[in-house]
Amino acid sequence: MRAVDGVSLDIGEGEVLGLVGESGCGKSTLGRGILGLLPEGAESDGEVTYGGRNLLTLPDKDLRRLRGPDLGLIFQEPMTRLNPLLRIEDHFAETLSRHEPDLKKREIRSRSLETLGRMGIPPTRFRQYPFEFSGGMRQRIMIALALVLRPKLLVADEPTTALDVIVEAQILGILSDLKREFGTALLLITHNLGIIAEACDRVAVMYAGRIVEEGPARPLFADPAHPYTRELLRSTISLETTELHSIPGAPPNLIDPPSGCRFHPRCPDAMEVCPRKSPIPVKLEGDRRVECWLHGPEGEIPPGTTRPMERGRIAVADEA
Amino acid sequence: MAAQGTSLKSYLLTRLALVIPMVFILLTMVFLLMRVAPGDPISASLGGRVPQAEVDKIRHRLGYDKPLIVQYREYLWDTARLDFGTTITDRRPVTEIIKVNGAATLELTIAAMFVAITVGVFFGLVAGRYRDTAADAGSRLFGIVIYAMPVFFLGYLAQLFFGSYLGILPTSDRASPLTEALLTPHTNLFLIDTLINKNWAAFWDVFRHLILPATTLGLVISGIFIRLVRVNVIRTLKDDYIEAARARGISERSVVYNHAFRNALVPVITIVGLQMALLLSGAVLTETTFNWPGIGHQLIFYLDNRDYAAVQGIIVVFALVVVFISLLIDLASAFIDPRIRY
Amino acid sequence: MAAAATSVGRRRFVGLRRVLEPVAGAHGGARIMLWSGAAITTFFIVLALIGPSISPYRFDQYQANGQRFEQLAHPSSDHVFGTTVQSTDVLSRVIWATRTELEVVFLSLIFGLLVGVPLGLISGYFSGPLDRGLVLIMDALFAFPYLLLAIVIAFLLGGQSVINAAIAITVVYIPQYFRVVRNHVISVREESYVEAARAIGAKPFTILRRYVFFNVVQNVPVIATLNAADAILTLTALGFLGYGIQPSAGAEWGYDISRAISDASSGIWWTGLFPGLAIVLLVTGLTLLGEGLNETINPVLRKRRIESPELGTPTSIVESEVGP
Repeated sequence: MRAVDGVSLDIGEGEVLGLVGESGCGKSTLGRGILGLLPEGAESDGEVTYGGRNLLTLPDKDLRRLRGPDLGLIFQEPMTRLNPLLRIEDHFAETLSRHEPDLKKREIRSRSLETLGRMGIPPTRFRQYPFEFSGGMRQRIMIALALVLRPKLLVADEPTTALDVIVEAQILGILSDLKREFGTALLLITHNLGIIAEACDRVAVMYAGRIVEEGPARPLFADPAHPYTRELLRSTISLETTELHSIPGAPPNLIDPPSGCRFHPRCPDAMEVCPRKSPIPVKLEGDRRVECWLHGPEGEIPPGTTRPMERGRIAVADEA
Repeated sequence: MAAQGTSLKSYLLTRLALVIPMVFILLTMVFLLMRVAPGDPISASLGGRVPQAEVDKIRHRLGYDKPLIVQYREYLWDTARLDFGTTITDRRPVTEIIKVNGAATLELTIAAMFVAITVGVFFGLVAGRYRDTAADAGSRLFGIVIYAMPVFFLGYLAQLFFGSYLGILPTSDRASPLTEALLTPHTNLFLIDTLINKNWAAFWDVFRHLILPATTLGLVISGIFIRLVRVNVIRTLKDDYIEAARARGISERSVVYNHAFRNALVPVITIVGLQMALLLSGAVLTETTFNWPGIGHQLIFYLDNRDYAAVQGIIVVFALVVVFISLLIDLASAFIDPRIRY
Repeated sequence: MAAAATSVGRRRFVGLRRVLEPVAGAHGGARIMLWSGAAITTFFIVLALIGPSISPYRFDQYQANGQRFEQLAHPSSDHVFGTTVQSTDVLSRVIWATRTELEVVFLSLIFGLLVGVPLGLISGYFSGPLDRGLVLIMDALFAFPYLLLAIVIAFLLGGQSVINAAIAITVVYIPQYFRVVRNHVISVREESYVEAARAIGAKPFTILRRYVFFNVVQNVPVIATLNAADAILTLTALGFLGYGIQPSAGAEWGYDISRAISDASSGIWWTGLFPGLAIVLLVTGLTLLGEGLNETINPVLRKRRIESPELGTPTSIVESEVGP
């Protein structure tokens, strides 16, 4: 099963890239794959270029050295991500002394407190245990823990999904300020379009393991190029929503994905060529990219296949 | 911000409150058990050996002809004052039995626990860390077989090999007769007593006598620890904070030792407490095998002689000790894992 | 109607199937444990059944053809495992004892399940003062050093027959069955499908029988097997201390070892070694079986074999004819 298939992404320094898609589309796997934290039995192929090196071919020891001071990862479920037996102080001490062994105890303390302070955690709580904090605070501690080493790239895997809306807004505020405060680039993985619109410079839309559209956030949302992006935006509920819109069908089975363009079974604009050939990535103006036969390239489309695709009823079973 | 001390205290108080009904039930159970047998304890143990008139006199003197309720009340009151009665056959106060023989069992138990924890935790950690490798299979097989081996069989083999075949270690008693005769008991823990007297030869003698019984008992108990520690290590390594630590670049070694092992061992503390109960039973077998003059050995002696009063007194002490130890263990757990206190 | 009948019939075996399915799919360490444990256990069960018929002598036989056997004879062709101080044949005693041991343990297992499981079910499902009372009693029993409890009960029951020994052992293990079943019932009780059943108005007994029971029964084989292993150890311990089966009623491994201890100082090894090995083998077999079952049924510990995938070319242009 290919969780991620032929993905190509670039993140610039200090840039915030949002990676959006439905559950099971492979975005979490992509995020973890960058840090080399894939589960047992997974293989990866390709290139993850960071600072001129390919992370996928690095020996474990070197990769581990990068995790922390160069690459950071925040997880979705903050409640269980801290060791219940260790104080917050111990968590920071461990991370800092691991990567900067020459630091003195006083310096460790001051750096930890400083980063925590920027996350809104007061110094008086430094010696407390994780269970004494709420979910939102634990996530802030996790972010601080990730940032205390000033990584160049932070991958945030659904960081606010498990939190309530108000806390979510706070965390997002922190994340979008990262560029300003720390100069960190952020890969924000989520299924929530609202977050992307709020916080991201660029957006990559992922479907069934592939990036179907990518580009600067505002133009992309104002004028989506790919039908999937368009449908996603239409299904988003806001105060102006008068009726519910959903995309018929269900995310595809990645063990046996649909032929050709993987979105074709659910695409309202599908053409005859779509199930036959996988679309070729096309550059659009404004530094955008899309994978969809609607945008060509003309030369690759067999003649006569631009007719709308005939489709049978979408079987009820697919809805399950 | 609640101070740590207070919450620990309140936890202790709550636990104590729970202990009291438990103790009551245990005491009542023992009382009823001892009275279930037909007749009364005196007739049972002395009947046939002593003229009936004497038996009746003793019965009256010790209060066994009073109504059951009165006996029960006196029994509870005595227990509260830590008076556990006197044996019928040899007129020893049970408290004296506890002091002398109890110390012997305690010494054996502590030494055995030491062996069990060392061996058990070591193999358990190895098995859990290197899961599904030869080391894991080996450790687990060792754990299973050692548990399957009755302590008296292991003791028998030890005696056969070290005692009879090699002839290098003693196979019974706590010390050679001469050493024991010259020993001035302070704590009745011979290892300590000999150290207090600075009698090195005696210390070595006592130590040699302790080796076989303690190692035998300890090895058998270690099997349980291996299984438990292994399972806990495996479970802990799957926890989310382990993955988060790895994401911060913590070395695998650190992750395993500082996070996984430490967290995996917390439930082990509880089991140590439960094992004390097991040890008391195991001590009976070990003591019988090696003729170790501990409480278990005494219990069997009194049981064989139908000395109900002695049996009752000893069992009550056993039950109380077990309850007390499990309380201690809970406290220790609460101290280590702060979540438990709340 | 016919359809309904078949569906009920199929559902009846759901619990059993839930146990057997993962067993068939077991692999690796779990499989080895499971099958070796089963092999050993089966061997002993067969031995218990046909052993006494194929054994060279009876367990209490100390003579043949009018001639008394040699005392404490070394293992030889006549007496493959040697003889005891009472001139009985060690091999025969070991074989006959297999039946005694398994009889007692089997009985105690049945008793324990018959008492502990229903109590656990009722206590867990209905809660209230009954539950609290039972839990307190069971915890107190549990806190008791189990061997002591067994000894005392065996002692009080007087006659050292198979039944009495079985009862003594049963009492020690009832709290375990009770506790496990009760905990499981409590967690299952809150599941949504049970709530749904209650909402439809199903009677408590029906709910217990249909939903809760099968779910809980899954755990029982593992516990029963591991308890059986423990029970053998308890029984032989009782025998060792002299509170097990009456020597005239049957052979027993623990008792034989207690007699063998005094032989040890003279260097006589066969009187105790063979009974002891029998104990170790049987208990190991049962434990392997239990642990193997545990690993296959218990999803937390289950580890499916993970095969690394092959990486090919990324899917690019795929030509395919897809008809209308």
